Amino acid sequence: MSVQKNIRNFAIIAHIDHGKSTLADRLIQITGGLSTREMQEQVLDNMELERERGITIKAQTVRLDYEASDGQTYQLNLIDTPGHVDFAYEVNRSLAACEGSLLVVDASQGVEAQTLANVYQAIEVDHEIVPVLNKVDLPAADCPRVCGQIEDVIGLDTAGAVNISAKTGLGVDDVLEAIVTQLPAPDGDADAPLKAMLVDSWYDAYLGVVVLVRVIDGTLKKGQKIRMMSTGATHLVDQVGVFRPKRETVSDLGPGEIGYFTAAIKQVADTRVGDTVTEDRAPCADILDGFKPSQPVVFCGLFPTDSSQFEDLREAMAKLRLNDASFDYEMETSAALGFGFRCGFLGLLHLEIIRERIEREFDIDLITTAPSVVYHLHMNDGSMVELHNPADMPDIVKIDHIDEPWIDASILVPDEYLGAVLKLCEDRRGRQKNLSYAGSRAMLEYALPLNEVVFDFYDRLKSATRGYASFDYQLSAYKTGDLVKMSILVNAEPVDALSTIVHRERAEMRGRAMCERLKDLIPRHLFKIPIQAALGGKIIARETIAALRKDVTAKCYGGDVSRKRKLLDKQKEGKKKMRQFGKVDIPQDAFISALKMDD
Amino acid sequence: MPFRTAPMLSLSLWPGVLVAEAPQLGVYIHWPFCAAICPYCDFNVHPVRDMQTADWRVGYFRALEHAQHLRAHGPVETVFFGGGTPSLMPPELIGDLLADIDRRWGLAADAEVSLEANPVSAPQSHLQALRAAGINRLSLGVQAFDAAALKFLGRTHSVAQARTAFEAAGGIFDRVSLDLIYARPGQTLAEWADELARALALAPAHMSLYQLTIEPDTPFFKRHAAGKFIMPDEALAADMYELTQASCAAAGLPAYEVSNHARAGHACRHNMASWRGGDYLGIGPGAHGRVSTGRGRVATRALAKPAAWLESLADGVDGADGMAETRLLGHEDVHAETVLLGLRLVEGVPMSRLEALGVPLDAGRIADLRAAGLLEANPQNLAVTQAGRLLLDRITDAVLAD
Repeated sequence: MSVQKNIRNFAIIAHIDHGKSTLADRLIQITGGLSTREMQEQVLDNMELERERGITIKAQTVRLDYEASDGQTYQLNLIDTPGHVDFAYEVNRSLAACEGSLLVVDASQGVEAQTLANVYQAIEVDHEIVPVLNKVDLPAADCPRVCGQIEDVIGLDTAGAVNISAKTGLGVDDVLEAIVTQLPAPDGDADAPLKAMLVDSWYDAYLGVVVLVRVIDGTLKKGQKIRMMSTGATHLVDQVGVFRPKRETVSDLGPGEIGYFTAAIKQVADTRVGDTVTEDRAPCADILDGFKPSQPVVFCGLFPTDSSQFEDLREAMAKLRLNDASFDYEMETSAALGFGFRCGFLGLLHLEIIRERIEREFDIDLITTAPSVVYHLHMNDGSMVELHNPADMPDIVKIDHIDEPWIDASILVPDEYLGAVLKLCEDRRGRQKNLSYAGSRAMLEYALPLNEVVFDFYDRLKSATRGYASFDYQLSAYKTGDLVKMSILVNAEPVDALSTIVHRERAEMRGRAMCERLKDLIPRHLFKIPIQAALGGKIIARETIAALRKDVTAKCYGGDVSRKRKLLDKQKEGKKKMRQFGKVDIPQDAFISALKMDD
Repeated sequence: MPFRTAPMLSLSLWPGVLVAEAPQLGVYIHWPFCAAICPYCDFNVHPVRDMQTADWRVGYFRALEHAQHLRAHGPVETVFFGGGTPSLMPPELIGDLLADIDRRWGLAADAEVSLEANPVSAPQSHLQALRAAGINRLSLGVQAFDAAALKFLGRTHSVAQARTAFEAAGGIFDRVSLDLIYARPGQTLAEWADELARALALAPAHMSLYQLTIEPDTPFFKRHAAGKFIMPDEALAADMYELTQASCAAAGLPAYEVSNHARAGHACRHNMASWRGGDYLGIGPGAHGRVSTGRGRVATRALAKPAAWLESLADGVDGADGMAETRLLGHEDVHAETVLLGLRLVEGVPMSRLEALGVPLDAGRIADLRAAGLLEANPQNLAVTQAGRLLLDRITDAVLAD
């Protein structure tokens, strides 16, 4: 056990690409956590996807031993937090496990909206924050301007700011000194009953579930029988250790320390982020604040393109779920798409990640249906029903009113694109809450219904601002809305996988947009195909796919017939990429492309 | 299951087995050589310099000999010399081949003997020699009545040459057909109407009118992909097709097949038989054949490369018969071919013939196509309507879909 006053626990807050992982790599290298030979670029982002996207999905920690200029050796625990809003709760818990943060800002770019959200979270958990200006070696770096921004927008004193280049290593020693001198040591009573916060957990093929904890009080050691306070489940600890970043067992973890334990826990779902871990025979008196089980907010259907892969998909889902308890699924049957799963995600990025992992790691082609949020249907009989799938919408006469989730969004955007962003937010039923300026950049705060954001808002925002806007949100509340189920009829038959819940005022516009898109997406057939959008029995938009006029081989004699048959067989192959619905073949990608709007 | 050697199928292995109702028999003879290869053509064609007349006789005679193992009894009702440019064949070879066919199967007294001719290789004297050799029907590849279009299509003859050849042929052969290619890049509906009227003014009894198609592995394919020319769009091509149907019908040459028009009684008997599922022996490099045997319907495909085909036949080692493939067609195959070819004909396919093949049709889908006015209403017959003909490939696809 280290001397408690020489422990420093810190997180790094940064926007994507502002250099968080590079700085972490440097810190590990300088303190000798890994030799240069062992250094793998961005050691903390393990997963292939994480590295590709430059994001962190799971929280990771690393313990560094640092001999400071005062001659003492310090134990520095770095928690690398997920950088995306979908994982906001995980970020919150990771931050709660530390006493301070490094705020890394790209000196050539300035503060981004996402960074702001995380900084505010850090301030909320009383962190000491050390501003770190990265990439100061770039010609475009403008430290005074960025410091001004940090002071104006965030309200942080930049007197102790450190200027670095994580890439070259310039100033990284100063960062270590700042951690030691500016961040506080953790509190905690070694003699009190064990109290530790569950920061994260994951499944390891050899060890079973590995649980990352921050010890608050008491001592965690091998052989202890621990208890998860939210569930009451008990486990026998069989290993305690830390990451340097390589895994290393230790005899125990005392107050203020961060490390892991294993206890023959079967699945990640048995360990809940934010839970309090205590000793079974001498439990602590109270549980830690802020525990909340993760709640999926975005739902969509995932169907195998090849219906014979349904069982493979089930297996893939089960395997992913082993390591990601925040992802939910249940079987779904669609008239259009056959057997699949209705899946719940923390957000759109989470959805994307799971979808990509299924396609890549399990080699299953997927049809994804339009993402939907969770609606609260307040029924006439006073009960409340959660609606995850528009296709399951009950008879409207039984519903008293419908509530939908709203978010508080913050958008940082260069002044010249402000008009476009305002229009986008207004078009999406947004309500402006605040507009302020940080230099030439506008900081917009909007309340928006999640169902207007969940699908393509981010794409639209990016294209309206040429990628210069940054966006962040958090769920705020459920509010009653005039919401209706819009059905899409193809050749007079409703296609369940295309139905959506929309606001009544937006229905006609969305219906028209969907019909127009489907007109382009569905190939022409022998007959003309009406495409209609309907609210109940009322048609609100209509397009017609004209019948094909000509498809005939000019020349075909006896000798050509073999070749003609091969062509026919080829066409049949192409048809497999379509889903037959009634008499109409609908391309697989139409189910999601139909919702993309060019507003 | 493909197998190489014809003797396995030879009737001699099943002595006494005769096909109960053997279909009409035709012979298709492929002559793969051309003086110039047209840039749109994706047939099995080769430059004429590869040709050495003396050797080919052996190949063709041996091929006929092998074909007799597949189907022994005649008579042969039709012979079709296609290509390539079979008008480049020495007339005496044609005469000798017809004599050989007559010797082996018997050539019916009223047999139709067709030959495809290029106006360039059709001076009057040559046409007379062909007639003397036994050709009684000439199919003349005029392709266009427009000098610029002929140049674009890579044709080496002039409009005048084509006209002269057509008029000369009319005096020599019992029947003459005229081929045109339309829906060419830049061609307007009015231009085609005018060109078609000029063709009809020559009063042919038969015309094959093909819309230009860009086929893979042709010079046109590359040029088209590179944007060197633009094909008429679907609407214009459809309009042109409809105009063609109306004009020809008005002139007394209604369509009897997608691209073939004739006065009553002037349809090409050889092609009619193949669309109706008749037997034809495929003789010559790359030629396909279909023959009914005691074991079922057999498909043959000759080696495509002239030299390889010839070598195989000249050696004759281990019964080598010049075939790349000889295989027994399954019920599904026969059914598909029957539908695919039969629907091309205006007359369609009698339902009784399809039912006899034992492969069920999707009654619901056929009812839909009838209701949509794409198939004729007559339940005894499977035939596309005038409106359906432009969509034939899709209809065929729908009828044959699993």
